[in-house]
Amino acid sequence: MIWESWDAFWAMGGYGLYVWGSYAVVLVCIVVEMVLARAGQQASLQTVRELSEQETAHDASP
Amino acid sequence: MEQLRIRWFQWAAPQSFYPIAGRWWPFFAALAAGLALVGLYLGFFVAPTDFQQGEGYRIIFVHVPASWMSMVIYLAMAFWAFLGFTFNTRLSGMMTQALAPTGAMFTFLSLWTGALWGKPMWGTWWVWDARLTSELILFFLYMGYIALTSAIDDPRRADRAGGLLALVGAVNVPIIYFSVKWWNTLHQGASVSVTKGSSMAQTMLWAMLLMALAFWAYSIAMALYRVRSIILQRERHARWVQEVVA
Repeated sequence: MIWESWDAFWAMGGYGLYVWGSYAVVLVCIVVEMVLARAGQQASLQTVRELSEQETAHDASP
Repeated sequence: MEQLRIRWFQWAAPQSFYPIAGRWWPFFAALAAGLALVGLYLGFFVAPTDFQQGEGYRIIFVHVPASWMSMVIYLAMAFWAFLGFTFNTRLSGMMTQALAPTGAMFTFLSLWTGALWGKPMWGTWWVWDARLTSELILFFLYMGYIALTSAIDDPRRADRAGGLLALVGAVNVPIIYFSVKWWNTLHQGASVSVTKGSSMAQTMLWAMLLMALAFWAYSIAMALYRVRSIILQRERHARWVQEVVA
């Protein structure tokens, strides 16, 4: 362990705001991107499902 | 040879690539998480304090990998665009489009972490030097690609227009990379170079390389995940797609 305490770790030798400000935004961006990508996949699946129901309904009608 | 070529084109069919991408993205996502854990541990608990920049230098473990990925992803987009123009495969345009948001994100992160590093070390968030300006142009190129392709309704036309932008814009990537050599920039020169090796402490270098590999694996996972949504969206009238969701 190179840090004397957790306080020293979070302080980052006075650069805490800059270091953690960088890592926090990286984390937020990655989480947001994953959520958006998942929403996109759900939306695509939904589009296909609706289309498939329409076509089944169309096929069934005389 | 002939047989190999036929197999490549078979994989390039959206129908066969959809399940392949589905099988591989969790692997790359897990790889990214594992590499990031080890990289962050090395970066924060093993790598020593920098004798010039104190603890502030630890931004490097996300700044440099994000900057590398911003350039690598743009080159990957140009590569797919080139394949698209050459072989006219449908998957190429889909891959180009799947990569763009992740590339834009890493470009933004490169600029953001760079600003947070510049402020304490240079005394300014931003300067219009060659390195920073060319990276900002890269961000606009990503945004331009995303805006252009989403503005054109016909996907094949969107692919061609976007592909052209990806290819032409790729000229900017070597400009970013060599900017610190070609011009007098406030931004420091490369700490790691292909020709000269590294000027960093071993553990710092390892932490940075592991984080770079983690971002690389993350980008592959995201591109594979996103290309599945694009395939479904574009091939929604095909019978195999209907069977996938059934």
